[in-house]
Amino acid sequence: MSCKFVNSVLSFEGELTARNLPKLMVEASSLIGKNKPSMIDLAGVQAIDSAGVAYLDQIQIQFASKGILLLKGSTPETQAVIDTFTSLKLPLPIPVAKIGFFESIGSSVIEAYESMYKAALLASEIYYWSFVGLFNHKGQRKGSLIQQAALLGSQALPIVALLSFIIGFILSLQSAVQLRNFGANVFIADLLAVTMVREMGPMMTAIIIAGRSGSAIASEIATMQVTEEIDALKMMALSPIRYIVVPKFHAISVVMPILVAFSIMVGMIGGGIIALGYLGLSLETFLKRSIEIITLKDLVVSMGKSVVFAWVIVIIGSYFGFQVKGGAEGVGKATTASVVASIFAVIVLDAMFSLLYL
Amino acid sequence: MMKDIQPVISVNNLVAKYGEKTILDGITVDILPGEVTVILGGSGCGKTTLLKNILRLYEPFSGSVKFWGEEILQMDENEFSTVLKKVGMLFQNGALLNSISIYDNVSIPLELHTKLPPDIIDKIIRVKVNLVGLTHALHLFPSELSGGMKKRAALARAMAMDPKILFCDEPSAGLDPLTSAALDDLIKELKKQLNMTIVIVTHELASIHRIADKLIFLDAGKMLFYGTLEAAMKANIPQIDTFFRVGRF
Repeated sequence: MSCKFVNSVLSFEGELTARNLPKLMVEASSLIGKNKPSMIDLAGVQAIDSAGVAYLDQIQIQFASKGILLLKGSTPETQAVIDTFTSLKLPLPIPVAKIGFFESIGSSVIEAYESMYKAALLASEIYYWSFVGLFNHKGQRKGSLIQQAALLGSQALPIVALLSFIIGFILSLQSAVQLRNFGANVFIADLLAVTMVREMGPMMTAIIIAGRSGSAIASEIATMQVTEEIDALKMMALSPIRYIVVPKFHAISVVMPILVAFSIMVGMIGGGIIALGYLGLSLETFLKRSIEIITLKDLVVSMGKSVVFAWVIVIIGSYFGFQVKGGAEGVGKATTASVVASIFAVIVLDAMFSLLYL
Repeated sequence: MMKDIQPVISVNNLVAKYGEKTILDGITVDILPGEVTVILGGSGCGKTTLLKNILRLYEPFSGSVKFWGEEILQMDENEFSTVLKKVGMLFQNGALLNSISIYDNVSIPLELHTKLPPDIIDKIIRVKVNLVGLTHALHLFPSELSGGMKKRAALARAMAMDPKILFCDEPSAGLDPLTSAALDDLIKELKKQLNMTIVIVTHELASIHRIADKLIFLDAGKMLFYGTLEAAMKANIPQIDTFFRVGRF
């Protein structure tokens, strides 16, 4: 492929295709310099593709202001490709209006308000149908509660146990070094019991459940939304909330306190290894002090907040699931958003509980 | 005279299996340049499997597939990618990348396979999207398009690199008759203006009548017929006769 520029005529020879174009553009540009071609001769062009046509269009646009530029000598085949791929007849692209700074803040605020409103509406529906569902199982499949309890609860048991054990162990290990310096070895049991019961047990379990079960709820509902299963339920005169969400809501309300109790117990075992092995406490002292320091209020608040966390996880997972748009891509986004929002909500709520029940 | 024309694609004794089940049983066919070849047959007869085996999306059990006389089944990834740059594929559901706009979907092959400057790429994208009538949807995402629009956008992407061969897997499926006819007209136009070789899987009779130069009729994994539509009608093959008789409206 080559080009010539003689007597204001720019001639191309060979293949005017995407493969040759980058080199050719440099060559043509240096040949033309500051002159203006009056004609483009395509007699020597053996093949042309859409990239070649786009380049011819570009030359024509570039020199259009300096006079009319003619194409000549093209074969019928070349002319057919030019006619098919020319961009000169395209409508001009409409410039996209840029959103201003304050407009973007405003729209974000409105969007956040609308999301909160929709989430509150969904939460009220879930609470209503969950309450109704306690007495009337119409609209729910038989065995769905047990199935969901197994899915959200028992299958989460190993990961909750493993992480709680590690947390109890680390907590105890870090504290033990400091307590030993002050000769306050015996307080390890108090510290561990209070931390596991009041904070780490409920919060860590909630975070694990948010990551594991919250994402599963969001992706399940989002997939059902994308594949029109939700619409199918509506057309069968079934409430999607009653059919899908209520069994999860009931199941998680039951299994979450159990998981938290289990997490506290395993966390205490993890911490106990350090207390007994590193600080030399007797098993009796460790158990006695652990039990004595925990009040009934601590246990009630711990279990209470675990149920609140569970509700928030289900509501947020359902909200993002039902809001999904845009196929498979939307499912992924809904799942991610639900996990982030659930974990954020769990931590904020935990802080509020801590302030209220110090 | 016909013997002088070199086939663009030569399939020889192609056998494809899913596990023990034979899906394609010894398909042998030559696809000629500048023709629209339609692969047709009932549901589950192996149409899409044949297309995907020809393109190495599925690994054939045995046989040979040649593009421009070169065996592609033995090629390494680099050699085969050179072949693929000259081939476009329109998938059944469009298979657009959902996370990016239509503009970006069409730009991907141009940006990654050519060294063209951005303004030339921009012109090519706009022309291709305009050809399929989606200029108004240039910056929309696939999820914002209807089924027909997705297919047209996918066709724009398949044409991005000016392929020498265009494969289409059921381009008319799920489209209304007008959109389907418009898509067929576009395919015909591409064939006429650019001398493109086009291979289409379909069982839409209206489409077949509009665009087919040659037919490959499959039944239970075997090729019953290869030739023109007129020849197919006169071939007295019961399966083909039933297909066209029952499908007529």
